[in-house]
Amino acid sequence: MDLMEKNMELIEVQKLEGHTDRVWNAAWNPVSPILASCSGDNTVRIWEQSSLSRSWSCKTVLEETHTRTVRSCSWSPSGKLLATASFDGTTAIWEDLGDEFECISTLEGHENEVKSVSWNASGSYLATCSRDKSVWIWEVLGGNEYDCASVLNGHTQDVKMVLWHPTMDVLFSCSYDNTIKVWWSEDDDGDYQCVQTLDESTNGHSSTVWAISFNAAGDKMVTCSDDLTLKIWRADISMMHSGEGYAPWTHVCTLSGYHDRTIFSTHWSSDDIIASGAGDDAIGLFVESKQHDSVNGPSFNLLLKKEKAHEMDINSVQWSPSKENMLLASASDDGMVKIWQLETIP
Amino acid sequence: MVSGLINENPIVYEIKERRDVRAYSSNTDELSVDAIDQLEVFDILFVRLSNSKALSHHIRDIKDPEHPYSLEQLKVLTEDSVEVDDTKSHVRVTFTPTVEHCSMATIIGLCVRVKLMRSLPSRYKIDIRVAPGTHATEAAVNKQLNDKERVAAALENPNLVEMVDECLSPSFE
Repeated sequence: MDLMEKNMELIEVQKLEGHTDRVWNAAWNPVSPILASCSGDNTVRIWEQSSLSRSWSCKTVLEETHTRTVRSCSWSPSGKLLATASFDGTTAIWEDLGDEFECISTLEGHENEVKSVSWNASGSYLATCSRDKSVWIWEVLGGNEYDCASVLNGHTQDVKMVLWHPTMDVLFSCSYDNTIKVWWSEDDDGDYQCVQTLDESTNGHSSTVWAISFNAAGDKMVTCSDDLTLKIWRADISMMHSGEGYAPWTHVCTLSGYHDRTIFSTHWSSDDIIASGAGDDAIGLFVESKQHDSVNGPSFNLLLKKEKAHEMDINSVQWSPSKENMLLASASDDGMVKIWQLETIP
Repeated sequence: MVSGLINENPIVYEIKERRDVRAYSSNTDELSVDAIDQLEVFDILFVRLSNSKALSHHIRDIKDPEHPYSLEQLKVLTEDSVEVDDTKSHVRVTFTPTVEHCSMATIIGLCVRVKLMRSLPSRYKIDIRVAPGTHATEAAVNKQLNDKERVAAALENPNLVEMVDECLSPSFE
């Protein structure tokens, strides 16, 4: 399907109101039609889609646990657990009990605000990062127990986001220090080391890197930054899968000129559309160009830019994992979460 | 008095005369009521939003964290400090710390940001920076002042909020 040849439009499906402060992050449950959002109002809201009316409503509010802004939330691969990272320095783990959610564990250790939390593909590890410049890896033990397995130092500033690779236990982090770091345990013994740093000298970003996202295959990655660009990277991961050692990430191309304010979020869909959300209140959608330039490598084109998608900065864009339709969730400083559908205009 | 002030002897300047609030509001033929201009941001006069309270809410009147003078009196902020583009909903404030190594620079910048956030419509994008060449760690200060997440976290610190509120409170009651 060559999307560039069709007339596409991002249609607003529904506006989810309820948060009383900016919404920092939205996360789709991997298995059910459920969306989690977290906010500066210290709460997490769980939105569920009605199977009858197809409309979304707030099923429950997770409150009275975090005492400060909840900055990000992430579902476990099974969809049964939700991890929430907060400025109060803790990461809470919630279990979906059907009628309600119960906080089953609280991970403490970071010295100050926790910015992001991520589950690995098998759900056996969690990673968190903080303004304290460190990245922590937690082991998921049985009986609601979580143990700190590793404290990774290396970033020289506030770490904004952590993300596990979709198929391998390789951890990625991005920071206010303008770099992206890759952490790997070569002997698979839980001893993680920084095996690569993507900085300005390797065509990296020139200001704070806010987010990372992988394509479904895990051989490409997109990052976004305060330097107003998105960067695409690739690695020969088949090399890693066959045990030939670490395959470094290399820069493919830089997408610039599309946003004139900080790009806070980016997400790569399973059908290869990259979404971006920025401080210019706009959502950008990008696809890989069909014209393969064998000299310069792949390039990406703007599919569409949705101006004024929100009334204020967009902090998070997330594609739904659902194969049925191309749904996108966005979260903003205006306190709203919006659900969009990417449609072809006849 | 208290030893260890960053700037023991600030230079205090004479401040320019204020525009009469009422005279401003009657000039609707010259200035569009909805447009926000440089002087307005400087004064934070919003005739349509506020009344007599406006007089006490000026960024020019933000108090220096260390001395009983306003940022205008210390020439930390002047009218030229403010660049406004109302159609783009963008404002940039450039301030001049009194001393090159002024560690109060981040507090001052934060006060200006908070004042503007509280006074301008939410559609506004606000950039704050120190005047180029006036601070030893200019890039570092500017980066912190413009990192939305860092500002949000800082404003959840009650001690910092108290300090900011003190600087933003009117000098007279």
